[in-house]
Amino acid sequence: MLNIKDIKKQFPIFQNHPDLVYLDSPASSLKPKQVIDKEIEYYQQYGVNVFRGIYPLSEKSTIEFEETRQIVSKFINANKPEEIVFTRNATESLNLLTYSLGRKIIKKEDEIVTTIMEHHSNFVPWQVLSSETGVIFKVLDINDEGYLEINWNKIITRKTKILTLTYISNVLGTINPVKQIILEVKRINPKIIVIVDAAQAIPHLKIDVQDLGADFLVFSSHKMLGPTGVGVLWGKEKIFKEMSPFMYGGDMISEVYIERTTFKNPPHKFEAGTPAIGQVIALKEAIKFLEKIGLNNILKHEEELTSYCYKLLNQTFGKKIKIFGPKNLQKKCGIVSFSLNHFHPHDIAQILADEGICVRAGHHCAMPLHQRLKVLATVRASFYIYNDVKDVVRLIDGLKKVTKVLG
Amino acid sequence: MNIYKETIIDHYQNPRNFGKLKQFQHSVKLNNPFCGDEITLYINIQEKKIKEISFQAKGCAISIASASLLTENVKGKTKEQLRKLNRDFIIKMLGIDLGINRLKCALLPLDALKQILKNYEF
Repeated sequence: MLNIKDIKKQFPIFQNHPDLVYLDSPASSLKPKQVIDKEIEYYQQYGVNVFRGIYPLSEKSTIEFEETRQIVSKFINANKPEEIVFTRNATESLNLLTYSLGRKIIKKEDEIVTTIMEHHSNFVPWQVLSSETGVIFKVLDINDEGYLEINWNKIITRKTKILTLTYISNVLGTINPVKQIILEVKRINPKIIVIVDAAQAIPHLKIDVQDLGADFLVFSSHKMLGPTGVGVLWGKEKIFKEMSPFMYGGDMISEVYIERTTFKNPPHKFEAGTPAIGQVIALKEAIKFLEKIGLNNILKHEEELTSYCYKLLNQTFGKKIKIFGPKNLQKKCGIVSFSLNHFHPHDIAQILADEGICVRAGHHCAMPLHQRLKVLATVRASFYIYNDVKDVVRLIDGLKKVTKVLG
Repeated sequence: MNIYKETIIDHYQNPRNFGKLKQFQHSVKLNNPFCGDEITLYINIQEKKIKEISFQAKGCAISIASASLLTENVKGKTKEQLRKLNRDFIIKMLGIDLGINRLKCALLPLDALKQILKNYEF
């Protein structure tokens, strides 16, 4: 069992807002002091550029920067640190893949496959790539319980170059059986490239990229207790070497002549310009924090809160509440998306906000999924390591107020 | 900040001038894809003034109340008078303090009316 009181003490935002009920971690998690302090340490003690300086301060910042690469690599059990590319966020990692990989390997009559439960960042780049290159864009549906319709034999063919899918839905909370999916699609087409959007999974699940069998995996630091402005792209060195650079500029070149340029090896080939040094350095503290708590404990804690929340929502509001996503809590994380009565999600979120409760209202950057669910928008309440049963009760009380105010 | 005061809730639950006019010369449909709000305005012009106005809408309490109050406020007004209506008028009409995100909801009905002024001569 997590000691929430103790965990909360380590998040300075609760000292500034003692009554805060923060239920919007899938948008961005709060940050522990350990992470904030590390970023301050960089700026105050060795805040200079990486790779370039011969002087000790630059050596220190380079060592700290590269140490995060090693820690990220170990965290997801990559083969080696060179498989870790730092980007701005998961969105940039995915866009990098469409430019440096997709545009290079996609030929007419190929297919790109994704799912209806994707965040726009793993949907739109591939949709645009498909329409520009004229290849077929297939979208895998979900069933009414919020699970992917796993009829891979129907959707994956020898022409499917890329399958890109999310590990966890940011609306339904569904944890997709990614390992089995990869096994199955690679059986149908051994040459298929599988990209996993782990932005929602990385804060809750132990990920082992070698065991998973994916070709690429992406996530953002800011959803896993780390600083904003840092994303990760994991890929195998062999494919990285074959890919074109994403952006051109400083740090990514080997030699430049008037007629031609040669590029560094991965990962530096994909890291043009000065990176988010302080943020990358502080990301390792987020990983240390998560490992100390233990990812298994996190998921278990979320399951307890989600279960309590489902129970209270159903008891209190009966048929007026509609919760989207799997009913089997072992197959989802602590995301609870719902609609209440005919109330507009923005009105619900506004009244909750007046009570100090932060939830998300809208389509959560997943419009195709909301069209599939036949709703314009939903309210999303999510639980993470700093939430406890009191937060669930405050949410329910807030929703009671909503029904009172809006009638 | 409680924006759900009595008049707002009253206009949200019992919107005035709701539905489609039997007789109208102009109508316009607008939506706000960000939150899914949607409004259709119908107007009946007689002697260069709004004789009747109505709306159909899906949306949050603020956008519905704003549409309801706006339709009550513009009857009998000429094009010149309607042109003068702006953001401040809507804020004053609602009498609540809206944040930047919710202001868009409140302004949707006025945007629809402005669209009619732009598209049609009367």
